[in-house]
Amino acid sequence: MAEQQYDAIVVGSGISGGWAAKELTQKGLKVLMLERGRNIEHIKDYVNADKEAWDHPHRGTRTQEMIKDYPVLKRDYPLNETNLDYWCSDKESPYVETKRFDWFRGYHVGGRSLMWGRQSYRWSDLDFEANAKDGHGVDWPVRYKEIEPWYDYVEKFAGISGNRDGLAVLPDGQFLPAMDLTCVEKDVAARLKDVYKGSRHLIIGRTANITVPHEGRPGCQFRNKCWLGCPFGGYFSTQSSTLPAAMATGNLTLRPWSIVTEIKYDKDKKRATGVTVLDAETNKTIEYKAKIIFVNASTLNSTWLLMNSATDVWEGGLGSSSDALGKNLMDHHLGVGAGGMVEGYEDKYTFGRRANGFYIPRFRNVGDDKRDYVRGFGYQGSGSRQNWRRDVAEFSIGGDYKDALTEPGSWTIGMGGFGEMLPDPTNKVTLDKTVKDKWGLNVLNIDCELKENEKKMRKDIFADAQEMLEKAGVKNVTAHDGDGTPGRGIHEMGTARMGRDSKTSVLNGNNQVWDAPNVFVTDGAFMASSSCVNPSLTYMAFTARAAEFAVNELKKGNL
Amino acid sequence: MMNRREALSRVALIMGGTVLGAEAFLAGCTTGATGLKFTKDDISFLNEIAETILPATNTPGAKEAKVGEFMTVIVTDCYEAKDQTAFMDGFKKLNEAATKASGKTFMQATAEQRHSLLVDLDKEAAAFQKTKKPDETKHYFTMLKELTLWGFFSSEVGATKALRYIAVPGKYEGTVPYKKGDKAWAT
Repeated sequence: MAEQQYDAIVVGSGISGGWAAKELTQKGLKVLMLERGRNIEHIKDYVNADKEAWDHPHRGTRTQEMIKDYPVLKRDYPLNETNLDYWCSDKESPYVETKRFDWFRGYHVGGRSLMWGRQSYRWSDLDFEANAKDGHGVDWPVRYKEIEPWYDYVEKFAGISGNRDGLAVLPDGQFLPAMDLTCVEKDVAARLKDVYKGSRHLIIGRTANITVPHEGRPGCQFRNKCWLGCPFGGYFSTQSSTLPAAMATGNLTLRPWSIVTEIKYDKDKKRATGVTVLDAETNKTIEYKAKIIFVNASTLNSTWLLMNSATDVWEGGLGSSSDALGKNLMDHHLGVGAGGMVEGYEDKYTFGRRANGFYIPRFRNVGDDKRDYVRGFGYQGSGSRQNWRRDVAEFSIGGDYKDALTEPGSWTIGMGGFGEMLPDPTNKVTLDKTVKDKWGLNVLNIDCELKENEKKMRKDIFADAQEMLEKAGVKNVTAHDGDGTPGRGIHEMGTARMGRDSKTSVLNGNNQVWDAPNVFVTDGAFMASSSCVNPSLTYMAFTARAAEFAVNELKKGNL
Repeated sequence: MMNRREALSRVALIMGGTVLGAEAFLAGCTTGATGLKFTKDDISFLNEIAETILPATNTPGAKEAKVGEFMTVIVTDCYEAKDQTAFMDGFKKLNEAATKASGKTFMQATAEQRHSLLVDLDKEAAAFQKTKKPDETKHYFTMLKELTLWGFFSSEVGATKALRYIAVPGKYEGTVPYKKGDKAWAT
């Protein structure tokens, strides 16, 4: 008979849940990590990791049948033949869109840490102070100096490659050797530095790919197939990094196919006592008890879980005593950028496939710069030589045409913006009253849209991209303003935010639920603002910090 | 295509209609009808069209890469119904154009006649693509050419024999020397 009592339960095994499991087990706690989906074992279950286009029936693209089966996933690049099994079934797990929200999910051990983009940037106080300074959202209860040692800590374990660029807006980290920029990227970087007098920077991306062997993982082999699962442990994921560390302690029990439907709450003790699990395969319910619960089911699912818990005490669920549960949904808005051709460098090429791009950190509303909107954006992009997907000037058919296409074409460079979204209480999720998922569970209703600040910002993202590339000598520059629908950033966050006041936040500065001090939420739900940088590194840092706090509190008898 | 960073770079490459069918590669295909039946003759026909576009030189051509078969799989499983119709109509239209040009069907025509026919059809298709409305169906020859390029260069034959393919590079160098004649990386 399996154990029912643990020191700690971690709900969710994704990028933050894996960290909670590692930290708590390494501090001696017996931990149960519950994952709603199937297990995917490191290396063994990466079934498509070595496949090339020709190994797939449709060369990796999507079929009409896939499109029918995935009405939401079809809206963007994730619907494809190469890693279809890594994406949640929209039909099994529907949701209601009061306004369109593209929600792409990974429901399996490791979650989206298997498929993530791996860009890893620290926040600065420009980000932590933003809410206090411009009045949107509630003040973060922490500042950079409290999180800095935790960024150090998680970067050192995860393995982040990057360059120490010395930029205040993007604090340097504990880096493994940076990947190369290409010649055109270096060219554009130098011209931007000159033209904008050192106020705008093009740097190599900081990515959770290890450029040297690290923590027993051989290292990135530059195949650029990360999102299929890496047999070399080349990037940080639950499978490659935190799970093996947790398992090595002997303190972890991992239970897949475990949907947590409720956090059990004792209203007299004002503490959670455990969770109810619905077995996703057998539909049986099981109760587990624990002294501490970490909620890492991903932003919207963690919020869903809180909303479905302690409803006998608070109708809106655990954390609803504030006005913040379910509200202030944010993402990074994408879809705007520019690209063009770079003349010259015909005698240069690259070797290997870099699973990384360049980054242009935020320069708007920094220092003396003041725009007609608040907050800012960064760009991600790359410069490379065209392949066969191009026109050839002299030929269109035949042997000369084919031979021309077997050689690389001109250099091109392109980039897209990642824009910050303001916390706005009208951007929210609620529990839908009628729609149920495959397991008969209520689903979320998402009501979220870009507002005025985002729309104004997007004008700058467009114009700045165009201007910067043109001033850097790039030819035939065209900018595009495409689909910025929320959700497409796959950085959804904010719906159980932390704050200084229990009336306007769900969590305190230690990620504790104000109403249940032994419940910690450390996935994207805790975010009080969104910054414009990829958030996962920040989730890792806050998770490790909260785990240390939780264990200390437990030892002191406070939980 | 792997991720949104690459999607951004690819979109950035679409300038003035110079990149063929990139949007098809990016967005994949939409709903289509089933029930298409391609005969062996159809596949031979498609292989000969593909081979005319990308013939064997000192590296293999489209036929060796079985591009004809590839086309039938994609058209059947990935194409929208209206595009399937246009593609199948294309068989007829192409032969009409061949007969008009040389008095022979495509399969009867000589290699030179086939080549010159497809050069003309490519011009016609390119002109049509420039002026057509965004949701108007593509020219059938644009479809044929896109499928040929994609089918050849993403095949094992094309990638390993016409291009350079290294399964596990092991390292990344941002700048290496390149001389004319060096093949492009396949992936």
